[in-house]
Amino acid sequence: MGRSAFRRSHGEGPFRYATTGAGILVLVIMAAIAVFLIVRAVPALQANSANFLTEQTWTPNASPPAFGIAALAWGTVISSFLALIMALPVAVGVALFISHYAPRRLASVLGYVIDLLAAVPSVVYGLWGVIFLVPFMRGPSEFLNTYLGWIPLFAGESVNSKSILTGSIVLAIMILPIIAAISREVFLQAPTMLEEASLALGATRWEMIRMSVLPFGRPGVISAAMLGLGRAMGETIAVALIFPATFTVTLQVLTGNGNSIAANIANGFGEATPIGQGALIASGLVLFVITLVVNTAARLVIARRKEYSRAAA
Amino acid sequence: MTTTIHVLQPVSMGRRVKNRIVQGLVWLAFAIAVVPLVSVIWLVVTNGLKRFDLEFLTHSMRNIGPRDAGGGAYHAILGTLEQVGLATLISVPIGLLTAIYLVEYGSGGRLARSISFFVDVMTGIPSVVAGLFVLAFWVLILGLGYSGFAGAIALSILMLPTVVRSAEEMLRLVPNELREASYALGVPKWKTIMRVVLPTAFTGIITGVMLAIARVAGETAPLLLTVFITDSINSDPFDGPQMGLPLYVFDQAQRPNITATDRAWTGALTLILIVMLLNLVARLISWWRAPAKGR
Amino acid sequence: MAKQIEVSDLDAYYGSHKAIEGITMTIEPRSVTAFIGPSGCGKSTFLRTLNRMHEVIPGARVDGKILLEDQDLYGDDIDPVSVRRTVGMVFQRPNPFPTMSIFDNVAAGLRLNGRRSKSELEGIVESSLKDANLWNEVKDRLNKPGSGLSGGQQQRLCIARAIAVSPAVLLMDEPCSALDPISTLAIEDLISKLKNEYTIVIVTHNMQQAARVSDKTAFFNLAGQGQPGKLIEMDETSKIFTNPTQKATEDYITGRFG
Repeated sequence: MGRSAFRRSHGEGPFRYATTGAGILVLVIMAAIAVFLIVRAVPALQANSANFLTEQTWTPNASPPAFGIAALAWGTVISSFLALIMALPVAVGVALFISHYAPRRLASVLGYVIDLLAAVPSVVYGLWGVIFLVPFMRGPSEFLNTYLGWIPLFAGESVNSKSILTGSIVLAIMILPIIAAISREVFLQAPTMLEEASLALGATRWEMIRMSVLPFGRPGVISAAMLGLGRAMGETIAVALIFPATFTVTLQVLTGNGNSIAANIANGFGEATPIGQGALIASGLVLFVITLVVNTAARLVIARRKEYSRAAA
Repeated sequence: MTTTIHVLQPVSMGRRVKNRIVQGLVWLAFAIAVVPLVSVIWLVVTNGLKRFDLEFLTHSMRNIGPRDAGGGAYHAILGTLEQVGLATLISVPIGLLTAIYLVEYGSGGRLARSISFFVDVMTGIPSVVAGLFVLAFWVLILGLGYSGFAGAIALSILMLPTVVRSAEEMLRLVPNELREASYALGVPKWKTIMRVVLPTAFTGIITGVMLAIARVAGETAPLLLTVFITDSINSDPFDGPQMGLPLYVFDQAQRPNITATDRAWTGALTLILIVMLLNLVARLISWWRAPAKGR
Repeated sequence: MAKQIEVSDLDAYYGSHKAIEGITMTIEPRSVTAFIGPSGCGKSTFLRTLNRMHEVIPGARVDGKILLEDQDLYGDDIDPVSVRRTVGMVFQRPNPFPTMSIFDNVAAGLRLNGRRSKSELEGIVESSLKDANLWNEVKDRLNKPGSGLSGGQQQRLCIARAIAVSPAVLLMDEPCSALDPISTLAIEDLISKLKNEYTIVIVTHNMQQAARVSDKTAFFNLAGQGQPGKLIEMDETSKIFTNPTQKATEDYITGRFG
């Protein structure tokens, strides 16, 4: 035998390079996303005659083009937070219902149903929102405006049910299964021995949950909420059908005012000039950064939770 | 202290009431969650069945005005199948190889950790941003025009992190003893991975891929920016605008006529059926893999 | 505060499986009663019926009567929460609440039962930790998390937590099985001290431990796989370990099976 008996197998090198290459490709894709978005956004930003950060109009197709992210970013943030405020308590309740209140058989069926609902495409929720919820919300919107109009959120002159509030409700319904599914997982993971410890001290079911389940599940619920928030911010199609598509920064979520970055991209893309497309790409970049911050925060919370459960084990 | 006749002291009224109130709130939360979700499913099924017929499944929207009845989503279903199929062909090999790198070769090094971090970042990319990227890169810079393939690239970016994560998880579940047993027989590492590790993790990986497909099959925004919209059948995903089922729903929902709305509902029903079928198959595979583990 | 427990004809089930059958016994106040027997004989299950923790497991239920002095623990108008408040429990593995400080762990049960003044709370926490022989080791770090203590210290913390609400009975489910010999000795010393104030019931798989700490011993056994566990005999510990009435008991304590 001329060759060493310890030589490497033929396939080892190529295989190793292929796997490493695929991993590096992931990094390349991420870099490419950032680079190409910036490359396309810069010319539009240079042609912009208004301040991109503060301007409240969006006329990138006019000459001179003038567009600003302020109203869109504001609409994105307020609609997502409204959705989160509506969805979070209900989602945590649903998660507790499945993990600690419902009879066992019902609970496993419900868990499955929640998982399936999380998979319903967003365009379906959008369709439901524009055809069913928008007309349905006419009455409740008038009611809120008439009787709770002293709250700035519900104030305003012309009530329109094609509003930020209606869009937020659709977003809330969409992110509810996601938050509920993750929360249920962490609640189910609460150690039985801690639950028994509190029951043996004479805790009621609620006191047991407060002492043993919630402290254990809190980081998981927080990160679930943030993932839901990120999902709501990036959601496009469902809200593109519902948001009023005006460019004003306003707290009045019942009036026909407001828009979001993602919805504006979907609605404005069709008739955009090259500058207009660049402007939309610039707004997409801003959306990317906002969701990146929210998701990173969520991940930091999860990392902290891992340390915590190691300490508990 | 007062002397009580009984040893057991009753639980105070306040505590019992609080316990009851929370129980009521939890049931209430459940009811609140169920109402809109049932409403969505109910409306999609009842309205969708109106046009869920052979014509819908076999005809396109060509020469059918927004006010006309009839027409179908054949072009959209065909487009979705092609786009999702291509996206799977792109993302599964890359995702699987990346997962193998992370589990078998990277072993916590700097490169592996940064890949892992960016896979997480990728998970959070809004789908519309993935669409914008392909628009900027493929359509505007390379000048290649709207096509089903451009949409497939966007979808594959959304699929990739899900595939990597689920494959990674499954590969990590393969016991080290299996790998060591194979090494001990003198089998090189790459053959061990191909012949021992991957087959062991196979069904789990398939489940993850199916769930990833189900997720992107319903994506609309990236397609809008890359595939564009057409009323005609275009079976070539590499040339010219195509349609996709989610796009079809979006397109029809924007039209004010009842005929269009009916088509949108039926499109939504078809889409849900496809997504649920994918989910169901994925779950059946994982259930079949671990029949004893069912909860 | 210590009370007598009278059990008559008690059965316990997990779903359709009968885990223990026809248990009748009297547990004396201010003494230590040990339950011994092979694994699966139902001694832990029986212990958990004494504070209605058995029914926490889904599908589990109990038939029969348990009298604490004059009250039936399974009576129609009895809230299991009040039973657990009166019959304290220490588990096999130490389970302090990981998010709470040492102080808050001991005060956890007290805080459930209405507000108390800070000084009153501090007094009870201190005396409970002293009773649990832990005060000197933790008095300087009461605000540190309980999970930072050693296993034996954690178990004494759990005992302090259980006695802080001054229960009538203290149940211990193999409290030393997860501990090293030195910590085990510390817990055993503690048990001998606590029996002056509490009715103590301890499940143990360690016969030397039963012989060392208990006044009375009950031997449980089961006829075979899938059969319910039964009480074979119960007597003074010295008698069980030297001159048992039943052959099965003798076989078990002499190590012929189990």
